[in-house]
Amino acid sequence: MRRILPLFITRRLKISCPLPQLDFDVITLGHGSGGLLTNKLLESGVFDLLKNPLLDTHHDGAVFEMPGRLAFSTDSYVVSPIFFPGGNIGELAVNGTVNDLAMCGAAARYLSLAFILEEGLTMREFWDVLVSIKFAAEHAGVQIVTGDTKVVERGKGDKIFINTTGIGQVHPQANIAMGNIRPGDKIICSGYIATHGIVIMSVREGLEFGTTLLSDTTNLNHTVLHLLDAFGHDITLLRDATRGGVATVLNEIARDTRWGVEIHQKTLKVYEEVDGACEMLGLDPLYVANEGVFLAVVRPDAAEAILQKLRTLEHGADAEIIGEVVDAHPKQVVLHSRVGGRRVVNMLAGEQLPRIC
Amino acid sequence: MKFLNEYRDPHLVEQYTQEIRRVVTRPWKIMEVCGGQTHSLVKNGLLQLLPPEVTMVHGPGCPVCVTPLHLIDKAVWLASRPGVILCSFGDMIRVPGSRRSLLEAKALGADVRILYSPLEAVKIAQENPDKEVVFFAVGFETTAPANAMSVLHAQKLGVKNYSILTSHVLVPPAIEAVMSDPETAIDGFLAAGHVCAIMGISEYYPIAEKYQVPIVITGFEPVDLLQGILMTVRQLENGEHRVENQYSRVVLPDGNPAARNIIGQAFDITDREWRGIGSIPGSGWELRTEFSDFDANKKFNVPLEKAPESSVCIAGQVLKGIKKPFECPEFGKKCTPSNPLGAPMVSSEGACAAYYHFSSLVA
Repeated sequence: MRRILPLFITRRLKISCPLPQLDFDVITLGHGSGGLLTNKLLESGVFDLLKNPLLDTHHDGAVFEMPGRLAFSTDSYVVSPIFFPGGNIGELAVNGTVNDLAMCGAAARYLSLAFILEEGLTMREFWDVLVSIKFAAEHAGVQIVTGDTKVVERGKGDKIFINTTGIGQVHPQANIAMGNIRPGDKIICSGYIATHGIVIMSVREGLEFGTTLLSDTTNLNHTVLHLLDAFGHDITLLRDATRGGVATVLNEIARDTRWGVEIHQKTLKVYEEVDGACEMLGLDPLYVANEGVFLAVVRPDAAEAILQKLRTLEHGADAEIIGEVVDAHPKQVVLHSRVGGRRVVNMLAGEQLPRIC
Repeated sequence: MKFLNEYRDPHLVEQYTQEIRRVVTRPWKIMEVCGGQTHSLVKNGLLQLLPPEVTMVHGPGCPVCVTPLHLIDKAVWLASRPGVILCSFGDMIRVPGSRRSLLEAKALGADVRILYSPLEAVKIAQENPDKEVVFFAVGFETTAPANAMSVLHAQKLGVKNYSILTSHVLVPPAIEAVMSDPETAIDGFLAAGHVCAIMGISEYYPIAEKYQVPIVITGFEPVDLLQGILMTVRQLENGEHRVENQYSRVVLPDGNPAARNIIGQAFDITDREWRGIGSIPGSGWELRTEFSDFDANKKFNVPLEKAPESSVCIAGQVLKGIKKPFECPEFGKKCTPSNPLGAPMVSSEGACAAYYHFSSLVA
């Protein structure tokens, strides 16, 4: 029922990529100096781990040719703690940018990878992050072709910050644009929502609660590209529901298209443990972050076929049609509650905060 | 989830709404006292399921909303002092003070931590003996036992660097304040189920009698709320004014004596100022004098002037059900959830915020 892939990767990496023998076990300011220590860090195994012809040139940047329409996206990753059940910041950084490109209808080809490390990070932790980056990139079929490492003083970072920037080729059938959305279009959600955010909360200092949940972090590109192969012209929008959750994506659709959006609570899938944690913490799963869930807005006459296809794909087995675009209540998202009531689902004013009672 | 899903059953919801429609013959204004009930009515879209005769008025039971501005200023001031760790429940930290919120103070370097339990704050105090740890002890009777427990616990452990900034408020005096206003228009009350789970139900008999008003102790799930509303409407239609307990699966007539005992050990009744309403006699708790060392109000000398509330805000009238939020000239204009001028717009449980989220919903 839950994603086991990230854990599988993490386990495999420990067997196949042991921490190299080094004469240092902690990152210090010198490792970001650009001098000998930086070289030592990179040559210690980083380059070998991420090996590919473009990276192997050790040049200031990667030089390559790419045909066709391109998509280009960047994102920074600051998750805390950096290791969490089901994943870590490394695979999140790869998957996140790969997914952003996928949501543009593009197959990610090349990534840049920039670290800001905090002095005092152990080499063990850094290595584990790197190894999961390697496997996440392999799984997504993307190459890391350029990068950067900086080190900041202790207290000025939070172990590791990562930026990845990616470039990808847009699928020839892709026709993704807010402007294409019309009333009547159906909204598909690819799976169980709110898992990642709750997993992160469960391991936050001061909030720890026991759970067997794993983060849903994964690369969605293969699933999305298969969908585009078959139904490119019928898909008007793809969006991964990361920060701010499903509600934020729906609000962006309503705001930017000036149409209304209606969703049906009973079609939203939430694991019972996630639902329980949300009850306990006073959070609404609609606003909780996901890392492996996307929404697709699709033409109504193709919706059922798209749904059935999606359910056969790697990350779409639990997909559902959760709502539709309507011409009533422009710019508003309205939820039909499980018990038959209606309410407006607004954009969050800020971070979702637990309620007192 | 067991014990929740049963109370979210669409068929039961339908049955109760039909029964309310069948029973009601005249307009009634029913106040749900607790912000948690407001939140549930809004979240589940229950307001549209009610017949037009039944108007729900969102009461003052939102601890975030009724915490006085100057107390938030005090918390911000304390948090901004070097050497202080200010701990708070989550939704207090975004509430604007007269100058800034705890969230902004945090961004400027204050050590503000969101906790789920005040006992966690005692632990933080033990781990940081060189810091003063202050817990912003806000809430109704529900959060009081844990807050009291934290002080008793700290005393037992000999933790000297822990204190609480109390703003505890009580439900029965608030109901009295609403009912004793000559302009008030409330016909019946849904009392807060979890408050009664602690306090029991005996406090409500004299109120129901004095103001000739039905009081139904009600839970928080859709079926709870609709059943509570039905029980209230039935009483009103029959001209009755009894105390009834809808939430009997949780609320015992005597409440929770162990919790009340802990409250009694730590707290004394005091007059309390309610944001948007003003001072209500005997409507709060403060730490007993023997716990002065744990009372942040006494431990720290906070040199702050009392900041005035917005002069245009009609919160008092809204919280008493005299006016609807949209009858305020600034509603949705200058006053919005992201820039609240007054208490009820502050939290999603507040009356104005609840209406704000609904007002534009095309029926």
